[in-house]
Amino acid sequence: MTNIIYKHRFLILRRIVQVGLMLLYLAGNMWGWTFIQGNLSSSLLFQSVPLSDPYAVLQMFAAGAIVSSNLIIGALIVTLFYFLLGGRVFCAWVCPVNMITDAAAYLRRKLQLDSVSKKQPASRKIRYWVLGLSLVLSYVLAIGAFEFVSPIAITHRAIIFGMGLGWAMMLIIFLFDLFVLKNGWCGHICPLGGLYALIGKVGLVRVAHDESKCTVCMKCKVVCPEMQVLHMVGKSSEQVLSGECTNCGRCIEVCDDDALNFSIRKLAKERGNETSN
Amino acid sequence: MGTTRREFILSTTRAIGLAALGGLVWGAYVDEVTANKLMLRPPGALDEADFLRQCIKCGLCVEACPFDTLQLARAGSNKPLGTPYFEPRDVPCYMCPEIPCVPVCPTGALDITKVSTDNKLDINKAQMGVAVVDAKNCVAFWGIQCDACYRACPLLDKAIYLEYSKNERTGKHAFLKPIVDSDFCTGCGLCERACVTQKAAIFVLPREVALGKVGDHYIKGWDSSDDKRVKNAEATTTTTEISKESAIDSLNDTEVLLDD
Repeated sequence: MTNIIYKHRFLILRRIVQVGLMLLYLAGNMWGWTFIQGNLSSSLLFQSVPLSDPYAVLQMFAAGAIVSSNLIIGALIVTLFYFLLGGRVFCAWVCPVNMITDAAAYLRRKLQLDSVSKKQPASRKIRYWVLGLSLVLSYVLAIGAFEFVSPIAITHRAIIFGMGLGWAMMLIIFLFDLFVLKNGWCGHICPLGGLYALIGKVGLVRVAHDESKCTVCMKCKVVCPEMQVLHMVGKSSEQVLSGECTNCGRCIEVCDDDALNFSIRKLAKERGNETSN
Repeated sequence: MGTTRREFILSTTRAIGLAALGGLVWGAYVDEVTANKLMLRPPGALDEADFLRQCIKCGLCVEACPFDTLQLARAGSNKPLGTPYFEPRDVPCYMCPEIPCVPVCPTGALDITKVSTDNKLDINKAQMGVAVVDAKNCVAFWGIQCDACYRACPLLDKAIYLEYSKNERTGKHAFLKPIVDSDFCTGCGLCERACVTQKAAIFVLPREVALGKVGDHYIKGWDSSDDKRVKNAEATTTTTEISKESAIDSLNDTEVLLDD
């Protein structure tokens, strides 16, 4: 039992953070709890600290909106937070869509769908195209283009402010990830994930690989939602430096050889063939 | 081996083509979904186009509203997704003097200056919409006594007043007709909520939808303050065959009429 918990320690923590945050938002709406109010687009922490989605603010800039200082401060706080942490911590630890796509990926593994279709028919670069396209559209339409279609916003609003047809969007994302494209939404298309991949490129918290301990079982690559970031596994000891790594910690949990661990990023010059700290 | 030039050109043009196709569908969808002109917005909301651009859809105004008046448009509701609105027949705006929904807005989509007088919050300045009476289906216009909307109005005798007139049908009764003055009506919808007919015969519409605009061609000659309204009017003079001469001359000129 303790082993199962240990083998899922980050997963459990992530679910606690994700569900807990949604519950706090929900309590903010339902019972006026003042811990955190609003939603993931923009919120108010302790009735004083503004927090804003940097991507939504970016779209507002592109649309030519007058962006208030409140919003800029909120977006800067959020950006700085994830910039320092590194990787797509938002995606793995905060975003509620992650639970949907993780469930789809889990079911995909259990149904062994990947043994049928090995090669994924889409590029992981699509998200950057969508990111660029959303800013162009925001400019052309003079309105935040992604915010009116965002499955992320639909999901967290559905949870916090009432479901509507929001469940249909969640179901579509689930089925898309299950049958159409492995890690389809979070790993290929989502422009918010794309933006956080850019923001989190140089952050501090990094998964480090120790090649000397690795037995090349590849469990980490099977479970990783962004397996291209683990290109060094079994080859060389280095840190996972891609911003696309979500820092979810699944690879660390599934590794039976202690060859993967969280670490603090080393400065560029010290890097090389050394193992993690 | 590297990619050949042909492969590179093909993959680039393919990506551009897909982006164009996706952008077209995406843009068309956003354009359609934001075209709903019948949304009643919270107090202090900017004009609809500006509002849709400024609003970040965080729902802080919804949470601040003590009456559950405001809602965020849900998926599948055919309304601009995630933006706050209210439906007065369900829950009207009760016009709190402290207007909790406005100062909490982080983006300025709800503009505090639009509901302030001398830097003090003044909910009576709100312009959420304007009430419109369907005179055919309002029982007061039938001659049945009903002043439900008039009594419900928080700006009683200003935003809604009663117009008395004789009921010629009976010869001894009066009509008490509710009339809305759009100068004062805030669009709170308490009248729509109070209306006794099955479907409300007085209802709130956005001001851009419900109100006309006179333009520069007419002026209240008896009201000197109306001059200000047409201050920036531009005079355009068209010259036609008739207007070449003075007005009286051209009216007296019968030749034009007799020619044919």
